[in-house]
Amino acid sequence: MSNNKFSIRSLLVRPEIATLIMFFAIMIGFYIANERFLDARNIRIVMGITPEYIIVAIGIAILMISGEFDLSVGSVFALVPMSIVQLVHQGIPPWVAIMIGLMIGIAVGFVNGFITLRFGIPSFIATLGMLYIARSLTTVATAGFPPPFPHILPNELFVFQFELFRASLYWALLVAVVLGIMLHRSNVGNWIYATGGDTNAAASMGIKTKNVKMFCFILCGFLAGFAGMIQTFRLEAPLPSQGYLLELESIAAAVIGGVSLFGGIGTVFGAMIGAILIRFLESGIIMARIDAEWFRAGLGSLIIISVIFNTFISRRATQVGQNKAKE
Amino acid sequence: MSSDDIIICKNLNKYYSGVHALKDLSLDIKKDSVVGLIGDNGAGKSTLIKILSGAHSADSGQIYFEGNEVKFKSTKEAMNLGIETIYQYSALIPEMSIARNIFIGREKTKYNLGPLGIMKRKEMEDAAMKALTDVELHLRSPETPVNQLSGGERQGVVIARAMYFKSKVLILDEPTNHLSVKETNKVLRFVEGLKKQGVTSIFITHNLSHVFPIADHLCVMARGEKIADMEKKDTSIEELTDLLVNG
Repeated sequence: MSNNKFSIRSLLVRPEIATLIMFFAIMIGFYIANERFLDARNIRIVMGITPEYIIVAIGIAILMISGEFDLSVGSVFALVPMSIVQLVHQGIPPWVAIMIGLMIGIAVGFVNGFITLRFGIPSFIATLGMLYIARSLTTVATAGFPPPFPHILPNELFVFQFELFRASLYWALLVAVVLGIMLHRSNVGNWIYATGGDTNAAASMGIKTKNVKMFCFILCGFLAGFAGMIQTFRLEAPLPSQGYLLELESIAAAVIGGVSLFGGIGTVFGAMIGAILIRFLESGIIMARIDAEWFRAGLGSLIIISVIFNTFISRRATQVGQNKAKE
Repeated sequence: MSSDDIIICKNLNKYYSGVHALKDLSLDIKKDSVVGLIGDNGAGKSTLIKILSGAHSADSGQIYFEGNEVKFKSTKEAMNLGIETIYQYSALIPEMSIARNIFIGREKTKYNLGPLGIMKRKEMEDAAMKALTDVELHLRSPETPVNQLSGGERQGVVIARAMYFKSKVLILDEPTNHLSVKETNKVLRFVEGLKKQGVTSIFITHNLSHVFPIADHLCVMARGEKIADMEKKDTSIEELTDLLVNG
């Protein structure tokens, strides 16, 4: 059986390939506009902030593959680090505060999942509500103005600046590898794809689809909180506005990375490239001395182009398959 | 009741919010046979198979499987005993590969941590190919996504899955619906093959001409009741058509 044979045709129908093509096009384009775009200094700057976005995008991507959304990640991204900082100010030991903070992210994910699954309402609505609630809680927790950053927190462990990269990049890679294995190699991943691909069919095969979705909600909440903590540790300033509009940007990263809005399709790798692409787009526009306000126009175009691209590819894939069946 | 009956239903009743969907239904199903369950829409066929597959439970009556009384609380329980149902809507995930589809919920895993583990992909792919070949379905690669298969091939994959997990009874709910004549014949051949491998199948359809050639036994339902139950040799297409039309 020669099913391991390398086939360009089958490679071309993988959605992450479209993402990679766009990635290289943008990298080369901005490099031509300004050579310093790809020098060590700029890469150090961009890759210093990107890991936080990678982590959130991976959580969103896995949840979207399972067929649900989370619009509250931006608010959780602020709520978790704010809680950690305030707990430390209350005299709680740093590591205990971090544990409690991350548990808050998990709890928000659980509540999102519970409301969505228990009452059978769209996750879009449940998490839209949570977007406001969690943001409101964050502002309330600041008690007027942002608290100072307590330096007893072990922030160097998460954001230490090495030669080129920060420690946060290695944390993001760890998350990507562990969750990549889970999604693509473990049986849990099979259940997630099945649940998002066709919930009824998955349920008829004995998959507990609600448990699978609940797991993805919790994972997404946890990752959003963890990423927010890394950002606060990097900035050494807990801001209640942190992560504003991050929910849309994370969905954008996932979609650019080939994740389907209808569930059942996508990869961890794609979401990661999507997140990196957005940050380099932002940097490239500045480096090319284009008015920074054009970033959003660029991002918007990128989203539309990538979805058109992926729709075209999946149609093409089906045609390839049907021709094969006729042969 | 004889020992070669694999399933015996006794006086099953089911109500859906006041509607008497299944009325006192009793049915004996012989081992290694193909039973055609026919009836017009709303005759109670779907209710009966939902009860047999564990998706719903009867309000009264008993089911015996291999001589023992059973009460299924979920489809998983029925599947564990070897009763597999192939629903009208495809029980396959379109974007997933054939191999992944065959093993949904029953993956072969290693490095297990409780119910979690890493999938043994090579083993699953080889087993998937073998399962397909066993039902005479020759597809190129187990990695092909299911949405690239024809309707008949998809039914073949589902049947191969049931065979692989050693089902004793296979319930097929309108497996030839929306299929072309050529694809329908493919599915009928799969079902004939099942009998040779010692699998009992219950073939639900409203199209008598599909099931008659391959059935050993025919059961006609109307308005939630069984109105005929006979061996093929004792009946004819004409008689059954008359029953279906005039109830």
